[in-house]
Amino acid sequence: MFQDILVTGLVNGSAYALLAIGFSLIFGVARIVNIAHTAFYMLAAYCLYALLVRFGLGVPLSGVVAVVLVTLLSVACYRLVIEPVRQHEAAVLIATIALALIFQETMLSIFGGNYLGIPSAIEGVANVFGMGIPWQRLLILIVAGGMLGATWLLLYRTRLGLAIRATANDLEVANLMGMNVHRVAMVTVAISVGLAAIAGVAVAPVFVVDPFMWLAPLVTVLSVVVLGGLGSIHGSVIGALAIGYVEAITVFLLPQGAFLKGAVALSIMVIVLLFRPEGLFGVAFEEER
Amino acid sequence: MLPSRTLAAVWVVAVVLLPVVVPDPYVLRVAAMTCIFAAFAASWDLLAGYAGQVNFGHALFFGAGAYSSALLSLRLGFSSWLAVATGGLIATAVGLCVGYLCLRLRGSYLSLATLAFPLILIGILFAVPDFSGGELGITGLTPLATTRIGNYYVAAAAMLALVFGIWAFADSRFGLVLHAIRDDELAARASGIDTTRYKMAVFGISAAVAGLTGAFYAHFMRGAGPSTLETALSFQAVIWGVFGGLATIYGPVTAVFVLYPLTEWLGSFHAFGELRLLIFAIVVLLVLLFMPRGLTPWVRDRIETRCPRCKQQNPVWREICRVCSAPLHEHRARTPAQSPR
Repeated sequence: MFQDILVTGLVNGSAYALLAIGFSLIFGVARIVNIAHTAFYMLAAYCLYALLVRFGLGVPLSGVVAVVLVTLLSVACYRLVIEPVRQHEAAVLIATIALALIFQETMLSIFGGNYLGIPSAIEGVANVFGMGIPWQRLLILIVAGGMLGATWLLLYRTRLGLAIRATANDLEVANLMGMNVHRVAMVTVAISVGLAAIAGVAVAPVFVVDPFMWLAPLVTVLSVVVLGGLGSIHGSVIGALAIGYVEAITVFLLPQGAFLKGAVALSIMVIVLLFRPEGLFGVAFEEER
Repeated sequence: MLPSRTLAAVWVVAVVLLPVVVPDPYVLRVAAMTCIFAAFAASWDLLAGYAGQVNFGHALFFGAGAYSSALLSLRLGFSSWLAVATGGLIATAVGLCVGYLCLRLRGSYLSLATLAFPLILIGILFAVPDFSGGELGITGLTPLATTRIGNYYVAAAAMLALVFGIWAFADSRFGLVLHAIRDDELAARASGIDTTRYKMAVFGISAAVAGLTGAFYAHFMRGAGPSTLETALSFQAVIWGVFGGLATIYGPVTAVFVLYPLTEWLGSFHAFGELRLLIFAIVVLLVLLFMPRGLTPWVRDRIETRCPRCKQQNPVWREICRVCSAPLHEHRARTPAQSPR
């Protein structure tokens, strides 16, 4: 029981962290609340399914192709749909909702509403410190850890990362300093959707794939970023692990836990917000007046 | 008469006369649902458009009204009308609670936190399936009227009363204060407005209207299920509000009257049945690309101009303002005088 909680919380938490960081980045840089974020994660899972099961490409190749395709799609969506209405906050909001619905319905009409299973990349159970962990879950952990490290390096050790952080901090000043804020926003969209797609590819073999699989993680990701503080990277990671563990504990310890896991996680978010309205590690954005 | 007022009058007449002209049960059913959702969308607009509290969980109030009125009339034997009214009251209480919790949150934090509340309620309802009916919900309610046409008129009359009530309310001094709070809460507070009290009030009123529509919906559908609390319904409210035009009240109502029958009509074609939501989303997306401020502001700009001096609306074909006689199209009015030809 204790081991189950430990492993499930860590694995789910790291998948949530991958999703939440991307969401947080887009919000920080472009001030877009991207409702379609987890829809891209769903698309990546379907893409992996199509390439792996229908076309029979190998696991590594289909994974990479799925991530690249979904990232390209996100850039196209940003250029064609979001950028023309950037001045109108409300329009951006429902444009992302509409995009998510379009993806959901397209997948529904192509693949149908059935639950689809994807075979694990690596079968078998690994033995870590005397605990049996399925390799696929360990793989999620390794991929998530690697991507989190890579994102940290990109943000804090490269010029691009500096530009992203500067734009998130103050868009106008970053623009005045000669940064191409539009390109920075586009690159940020690509990076964050890339992270979501990697998460989708990594977890697809563990969870089932269906057209509505984006809604539950969307709510979790929202609670993670609000808990950690919008726009804060390490806040997102810590919030993701916290929510992952809270869900795991609820599922394993409470009666009817599977129904209540979302409610408990969201209640914790609400309680934290009551005492710290900017989240645990919230970056104080200057008030745009 | 102003073109927009003519359109509003035509719409009211159409709503009232519909059962006489088209007594088809399917049309009446879709029209009644349209009416219910129109009032629901208008209540979202009061909260999000006017007061700037962009609520992503508006279905909470709808579901609270639907579930509480259904439970009251089935478990405690309330009469239908009393159950609807009590459902509205309970939704108001829920709205005040949410408003209190959200007082310190603003902007995106508020939107994302409010998304959580209906899902928390769904979780709790699913955990006590004997009481709430679980995933199937509660069924077996008595409708408010006995005939099909009567039921339509109940929905239509409720919608007209609620929508015009909200409209009058939003046009009053209260609405002006809400505009001020949305645009700059700090400045509003500095001008001596008790923003806390106003925000609580607008949450209560908006929740009351949404709860009443939920209660009407439950009695019209003869039951309440988890779909009344779903994220999809909350997003639906956001889409209707933004698509129609924020902070207008008539905008979201128009959006519902355009989009809801459109999706139902598309769904009635066999080929489109599966693609209905897809077409809906594409239509919303395309319209937004061309009218980012929403449908009704765009239409209103085409049929009316605003007097530059007294800010009154005028039909687009008038040369001088109907109130203060100022020339409406300044450049057009001056050109002959300035150029010698």
